[in-house]
Amino acid sequence: MAKEMIKDLSLAAGFEEAAPRLPGSDVAWLDALRAQGIAAFRSNGLPTRRVEAWRYTNLNALAKAGFAPVRGDAELDAVPDGAALALGDACRIVLVNGRLRHDLSSLDQLPDGIAAVGLAELLRRSPADLEDLIAPAPEGRDGVLAALNDAFMEDGLVLQIEAGVSVDTPIHLVSIGVPVAGQAVAFHPRNLIVAGAGSRSTLVESHIGLGEGSYFSNGLTDVTVGKGATLTHAKLQDEGAAAFHVALVRARIADEAVYDSFVLHRGGELARHETHASIEGSGAECRLNGAYLGTGRQHIDNTTVIDHMAPGSQSSEVFKGVLAGHARGVFQGRIVVHRDAQQTNGHQLNKTLLLSRDAEMDTKPELEIYADDVKCSHGATVGELSEMELFYLRTRGIDEATARDMLVSAFLSEAVSELRDETLVSAFAERIAGWVEARHEDRTEKAA
Amino acid sequence: MAVTPETIDQLRSVTDEKYKYGFVTDIDADVAPKGLSEDIVRFISAKKEEPEWLLDWRLKAYRAWLEMEAPEWAKLNIAPIDYQDAYYYSAPKIGDGPKSLDEVDPKLLETYEKLGIPLKEQEWLAGVAVDAVFDSVSVATTYKARLEQEGIIFCSISEAVKNHPDLVKKYIGSVVPYTDNYFATLNSAVFTDGSFVYIPKGVRSPMELSTYFRINAQNTGQFERTLIIAEEGSYVSYLEGCTAPQRDENQLHAAVVELVALDDAEIKYSTVQNWYPGDENGVGGIYNFVTKRAACRGRNSKVSWTQVETGSAITWKYPSCILQGDNSVGEFYSVAITNNRQQADTGTKMIHLGRNTSSTIISKGISAGRADNTYRGLVRIQPKAEGARNYTQCDSLLIGDKCGAHTVPYIESRNPSAKVEHEATTARISEDQLFYCRQRGISQEEAVSLIVNGFCREVMQHLPMEFAVEAQKLVGISLEGSVG
Amino acid sequence: MALLEIRNLHVTVEDKPILKGIDLSIDKGEVHAIMGPNGAGKSTLSYIIAGRDGYEVTDGQILFDGKDMLELEPDERARAGLFLAFQYPVEIPGVTNTTFLKTALNSLRKGRGEGELDAMQFLKFVREKARPLGIGDEMLKRAVNVGYSGGEKKRNEILQMAVLEPVLAVLDETDSGLDIDALKIVADGVNALRSPDNATLVITHYQRLLDYIVPDRVHVLADGRIVKSGGKDLALELEAKGYAQFSSAEAA
Repeated sequence: MAKEMIKDLSLAAGFEEAAPRLPGSDVAWLDALRAQGIAAFRSNGLPTRRVEAWRYTNLNALAKAGFAPVRGDAELDAVPDGAALALGDACRIVLVNGRLRHDLSSLDQLPDGIAAVGLAELLRRSPADLEDLIAPAPEGRDGVLAALNDAFMEDGLVLQIEAGVSVDTPIHLVSIGVPVAGQAVAFHPRNLIVAGAGSRSTLVESHIGLGEGSYFSNGLTDVTVGKGATLTHAKLQDEGAAAFHVALVRARIADEAVYDSFVLHRGGELARHETHASIEGSGAECRLNGAYLGTGRQHIDNTTVIDHMAPGSQSSEVFKGVLAGHARGVFQGRIVVHRDAQQTNGHQLNKTLLLSRDAEMDTKPELEIYADDVKCSHGATVGELSEMELFYLRTRGIDEATARDMLVSAFLSEAVSELRDETLVSAFAERIAGWVEARHEDRTEKAA
Repeated sequence: MAVTPETIDQLRSVTDEKYKYGFVTDIDADVAPKGLSEDIVRFISAKKEEPEWLLDWRLKAYRAWLEMEAPEWAKLNIAPIDYQDAYYYSAPKIGDGPKSLDEVDPKLLETYEKLGIPLKEQEWLAGVAVDAVFDSVSVATTYKARLEQEGIIFCSISEAVKNHPDLVKKYIGSVVPYTDNYFATLNSAVFTDGSFVYIPKGVRSPMELSTYFRINAQNTGQFERTLIIAEEGSYVSYLEGCTAPQRDENQLHAAVVELVALDDAEIKYSTVQNWYPGDENGVGGIYNFVTKRAACRGRNSKVSWTQVETGSAITWKYPSCILQGDNSVGEFYSVAITNNRQQADTGTKMIHLGRNTSSTIISKGISAGRADNTYRGLVRIQPKAEGARNYTQCDSLLIGDKCGAHTVPYIESRNPSAKVEHEATTARISEDQLFYCRQRGISQEEAVSLIVNGFCREVMQHLPMEFAVEAQKLVGISLEGSVG
Repeated sequence: MALLEIRNLHVTVEDKPILKGIDLSIDKGEVHAIMGPNGAGKSTLSYIIAGRDGYEVTDGQILFDGKDMLELEPDERARAGLFLAFQYPVEIPGVTNTTFLKTALNSLRKGRGEGELDAMQFLKFVREKARPLGIGDEMLKRAVNVGYSGGEKKRNEILQMAVLEPVLAVLDETDSGLDIDALKIVADGVNALRSPDNATLVITHYQRLLDYIVPDRVHVLADGRIVKSGGKDLALELEAKGYAQFSSAEAA
């Protein structure tokens, strides 16, 4: 057993001291949930690579970094220009080190039919409303980081989209990590998103870091997409270079509903975005797409589990990534088609370009099928840029570096184009272009 | 190769018998006391008059095994195995071992005859040399003289230990070390027999070599160990087949196969596995826990695994290739069929170490009844495997809505010039396909067999002719009653 | 006794009545055509004759050579001499055309108490049948209907018919998706097989095919009933006037 557990439990260290000042500390059910979370963490520890779900992601550095719960508000007067995704006049909700900051947010711009409140505020004001929405972490070693969130959750976004409401402008959740001098801060934001029946809306997250130091963002987001609703959920992960970012999204998808998600990884030292989508209704659609850009010693992990539990639904996944330097990418994608989920369509694609000798990609696309009338497939490729394509571009007078950049951008655009909204496509494409450009300059400098 | 009407006829002739290999041969056997201990390991080694080094090796393995735990990562539901409740050595009483076929007990010859493997040379299987392993020992090897002319050694591994100790000592455990995994380690401690093949430099084996494994005795585990060495520029095609009597208890078969291919050598290894699968309620059947691995040590060496797995209650098996030599090639072609309560977790590992190494994986999993069928495979490209290539295709076919089909590939690439491609699909036999066949006059069972054989075609065509017909028959038989 | 005798046939699919009392009699040596608008029940009729699952006969009979056809499994009907050329031929990956045909033919021959053809005999036989249809060895080696064009699929159906030499062939919308050249090849193939010992039932929406396969009798099927029967001129009349005159339920 010990081989499956990292013995360093310092992430749990501050719990007894922090618990009394966490919101809802006087609420019995929440108290019990926190106690259960910390107990689960202490008995299981962080998983080692012997735990299948963490086979390719080593958490030793996370365990040893000495992260402690954040205390007090970080000093920040304004969100720097250009740090978050450019989404025009979208309503902005800003979390700094996991805490909602009204002074930086524009909650007054919330569209009609959408309610957004801070989790901390709700826990203090009317905790009973949240009891059914806050579900405990999955049991066992797979759910240890979520259990840590159960224990330490303090703030986050509670977003409710009324039934039948249709909104084009996205709600923009900006999470900013601000390193605190002499302290390795950890925060555990908890978001609850409820899209009412027949609604149509978009939630975009920008996770960004300011300054040089390290911090740990351990988010958990529960999403419920009601009958016939469509929720687009896009995320930019562009944390600080020394940051650890782990996020779990649990999505429940009802009849005829659409959950359309996209994640772009660009920052962080170690990042994992994990989605568990349960398709509970028939005629539903689940789209999990993403792109990842790794360089230096970055470690980027995309893990997805799609449970088809009802008949006649479809899921599709496209994840494409580019790894340079010593970067390491991980894709674990599992599609489970349960006994009753006949007439399921499930398709999954993962493609990676390795741009350097020291980059590594580990991919594990998995199918688990218990119904016979299904169409499921997956595909995965790992390789480098096509010599022939490079050659072709160069015969047309394009220098090699530019040609490479063009091909990399074109490769990634296939994933970004899975986003069905033009504003989102261009906002994310801009981030990718920025990364490609930065690399280009980097190489040119080195060459010079 | 696709199914032929002849095949279907053969199929029809056996369909009524279900598992036609389920009979028991009544023969006196020399049996070790029940249970597993150092004494039993010593007993086996003594019976085989082994040199000291081999006994030591066995004992090291046994001690290592005591410290190990059975693997639990496979998608298999295995009832606990009582290793003390089995016999580890059972040999038909045949004196000092057969000197020639004339000395083989007629009852044994009859058994193999009944299994469709006549051991008399120049008969039906003319052109295929056979090593017949009955429970724990090899009872006969045909065509030895003919092969000796070419310098080829084909004998039981016990004989090889006696007659070619240097070769055995050099290679045994060099591909699958005795510490490798729970079942391989157990095998290293208690292996009783198996085949040994040595193809000298530059020799192409003039015939197919084959081993036919038969478990007969009750409560007996079969732990055979096969070692094939292909020297520079040599070629051999090797076939193995397996059957066991129909019994209500599970029997353990934990084999180890090691292949070594040196520069420019090629080994083609084909298996048609038809151990008793248990009855339709999952009672009885063989636990087939096998470690097969090939070391492509030489430049331009090639190993090709082809397997048709239709039998066994549980199959745990991953024939693998370590592609060490530059330009070496590994192939894995697999059909795994599970019906009723059978479970299979099978696949391959392709470890690319050398430059320009390439591997191909084609896996066809067919699941029916209440069975579970998992493809599990690893493709690993190490940093020095410049220009490595892998192509993997895994297709699953589900027959009925009570079975499961799973695909669990692991792809690890650490070289940018390598190209790895993986595709997987699932499908079922559609009502339309069945009706179309039946409208042309083809019966339901023939239609299932035809469609499934079509699904498996890319794999079947890699089997040697003699085996392909047998394998196509098996496909039909093992899916009996799965539709309609 | 007629070769095919359908009496008062009522068929439902998922409790919905599709055929509502069909009477039809075809003798050896005859070609009959059933025409009708979409949704009239034409494909249902062909499937029920061939014995496909999912159709419930609530009343009536189908007699083939005097025997009750509805008792037989689809493959037993085929062995009795019934052939259905499918509107949408089914793909069977990995099974070559030759293997498929040989399995089917030998199955039929066995049913007739004839010896089976070996691989060489069969190949010779099938090549003879394939040549006039413009089907070469390459196509014979391909998997059944996989990756075939629409025209290839239909020609392949006729090849199967030529090989299996049925007593009664039912052609279900064999003309759909064919250009005029392909149509001629298919029609020539069918005509070549016509003899006093067999019969053909052509099911079609358009009159076009009947220019090439000239029927002895034409029946109009509308809303699950045969509403009019006549000689080959009836087809021309339909071409001119359409089906509207026969069915208030045409929209279905």
